[in-house]
Amino acid sequence: MNSPADRPLSPHLQVYRWTLTMTLSILHRVTGVTLSAGLLLLVSWLLAAADGPERYAEMQGFLDGPIGMTLLIGWTFALALHFANGIRHLFWDMLIGLDMPQARASGWAVWAFAIILTAALWGLA
Amino acid sequence: MKRHPSLRTPIKRVRGFGSAHDGTHHFWVQRLTAVLLAPLLVWLVWSVVSLAGVSHVGFTEWVARPLNAVLLLISLGALFWHSMLGLQVVVEDYVHNAPLKLATLVILKFAHLVLGLAAVYAVLRIGLGA
Repeated sequence: MNSPADRPLSPHLQVYRWTLTMTLSILHRVTGVTLSAGLLLLVSWLLAAADGPERYAEMQGFLDGPIGMTLLIGWTFALALHFANGIRHLFWDMLIGLDMPQARASGWAVWAFAIILTAALWGLA
Repeated sequence: MKRHPSLRTPIKRVRGFGSAHDGTHHFWVQRLTAVLLAPLLVWLVWSVVSLAGVSHVGFTEWVARPLNAVLLLISLGALFWHSMLGLQVVVEDYVHNAPLKLATLVILKFAHLVLGLAAVYAVLRIGLGA
């Protein structure tokens, strides 16, 4: 019987040329985890509003500050990217758009959507 | 020792069960919540943008409208469920120490349950109290 070291190993990530589709694949995960953390803010916001005007004002003050703004802009981008790429995944589940040129085109479309929507929502365009 | 023959066919024992032992249920619910969230998030983001800078009274009046409250509750349920399923896959992929994996998953499940219920409670309190 072969010891683990004797068996042929499949090539690992670093031997492949880095591609757009790989970037979006890992970013889908990264943005997903980021957005899960963002749920903390959503819960805090709703609880602050349920608590009363003072807590709500504190929350608004935090969100208007530099940290709050940075978080909100970051989450807007993460949500836009995860949303668009998630729809891309749903089409793949229906076996639509799986060949390489289409997957690359939809990948660029995801980037464009995320950047344009974030810029438009935050008035940076 | 003699093994008793089983009347169950091999296909009966494996049908619907992959390596995760619960078949495709996780995969399927992840997609169902995704399909549900797609239109809900369009509504939610559009609402949040239109509510930017609104006063406490304005915000609670918006939440208290029946349509908004119901859509918010559905969104929260789908968001927390989708989030839990997604994080579960990430933990299962990267945490290889079995006790640590179990502990992380249990903590994440409890956190989603507690925070999800807190958010639902906040919406109900605003909706029923306003």
